[in-house]
Amino acid sequence: MSLRKVLIPTLAIVIFLILWEALVWINGWPNYKMASPSDLVPAFKQYWPLFLSMGWQTLWRTVVGLLIAIVVGTLLGMVMGFSKTMREALYPLLVGFNAIPKATVVPIVALMFVGAHDFNTILIAFMISFFPIAVSISIGLSTLEPEYRDILRALGASKATIFWKIALPKTLPEFFGALKVAVTLAFIGTNLMEIVSPHGRGLGALFDSGKTNSDYPLMFAVLIALAFLGIVLYYVVVALERIFAGWAEREPT
Amino acid sequence: MQHLIDIKNVHLSYDTASGKLPVLDGFDMSVPEGGFVAVVGPSGCGKSTLTRLIAGLMKPDSGEVWLDGQQVTSPRATVGMAFQNPVLLEWRSILKNIMLPLEIVPTKLTKAQQEERARYLLSLVGLEGFEQKRPSELSGGMRQRASLCRALIHQPDVLILDEPFGALDAFTREDLWQIMHDVKEREPFTGVMITHDLRESIYLADQVVVMSGRPAKTQYVLDLPVTGPRSIDTLYTPEAADMLKILRHQIEVAQGRAPAAQNEGRAPAASNQGSNQ
Repeated sequence: MSLRKVLIPTLAIVIFLILWEALVWINGWPNYKMASPSDLVPAFKQYWPLFLSMGWQTLWRTVVGLLIAIVVGTLLGMVMGFSKTMREALYPLLVGFNAIPKATVVPIVALMFVGAHDFNTILIAFMISFFPIAVSISIGLSTLEPEYRDILRALGASKATIFWKIALPKTLPEFFGALKVAVTLAFIGTNLMEIVSPHGRGLGALFDSGKTNSDYPLMFAVLIALAFLGIVLYYVVVALERIFAGWAEREPT
Repeated sequence: MQHLIDIKNVHLSYDTASGKLPVLDGFDMSVPEGGFVAVVGPSGCGKSTLTRLIAGLMKPDSGEVWLDGQQVTSPRATVGMAFQNPVLLEWRSILKNIMLPLEIVPTKLTKAQQEERARYLLSLVGLEGFEQKRPSELSGGMRQRASLCRALIHQPDVLILDEPFGALDAFTREDLWQIMHDVKEREPFTGVMITHDLRESIYLADQVVVMSGRPAKTQYVLDLPVTGPRSIDTLYTPEAADMLKILRHQIEVAQGRAPAAQNEGRAPAASNQGSNQ
């Protein structure tokens, strides 16, 4: 990666922090109205072991939820991509399911599997993030130009061969586009569970304890930590995309 | 004469929302081994359906499709196909794209021999040096040439071309016509080419078949006086002009814009055999 690619985003973040600091300073807002970046430094300093352990809790549950979303989303997408009947049958169900605000699902899930906090959190992270993956795969497969299929079919290739050699790789760019959306969604899911039904685990719980203790800088610090994790995971996806679907990237002209 | 491709009285209709749509209605065609037939006809007359029938991707409702003495009921590895859309796989190099059929079709060639053959075909169409390039780095004409190599890599008996040069500009198209003649000389095949370009049909083929409007049957067959490689100058002779005029008229008849009677049974040129069927 070139220096430029690191420098420009870093500079953008620094400018953002300066503007934020200035906004709070000019308005003379107390930290319970809005904490400034300079308030966050002590918060991080004071609670860093908590940030590490809670951040890890949030991260691994999000990643597991996301992995399940990838598997289930891909399978659903394949079913809908290859079968028109299944597509017509499943789309309304999926759209309906996706339209339900997940905040309302959290208490239901929490009651359904009482005490299984890790499981519940992963479940919500999965539920909120599989939809874009399923849709992208199904669209990628169903819009495959017939000629692509025909060049292999005319030689007697099986459906599975056509899927592995053509349909799947051709769908990868769409898949990674959806995965980038799914990453942020999965974080929302994890935190939803951690905040609405806290079990003292994860950054959501830390946020919640900041709220109970009126520790406003801590709450803001949690938001920044979440944003940081989101950015990290996003760039992991970008790196994977470059490895597996780098061919779809055109040289800027 | 032994015919490599024999299509006998084929009927086929598609199921659509508004009922059956007949596409082919008693279509006949034969291509001798090593022959090259161009099929022309009005838009939507079932030309692409015809290629899918020969490739075994579809079955006729009635009638028979024979390939090399065997009735076609399913796809077979002895066929190579190229379309107007070159459908190269963007994630593979040109070389890997061309070797794709060898991953499906059983082959006796070793990996090294496969690669050697791919390189040979690329050099045949003037693409040496592009083996490791991605399809996106190639121009439209170059992609079409690569697509042609891919269709030939497994040494098919039959090459089916569905408007292969339809999306190319006129100059690139003439280049590719020349390349087609060169390739056919070194890599003999029996060819069926769907085209909208009448000049292309009389320059490349040994015989031009005109399909009638939908539902299509064989409306007219034009045997060309010269077969095999020929100079592009043959397109600018009075004989060529006559043939083009006749084919144009036949297309108009197929479109229903001209009465059929006018040219009934007339031989296209003194030395040629034209027939109405």
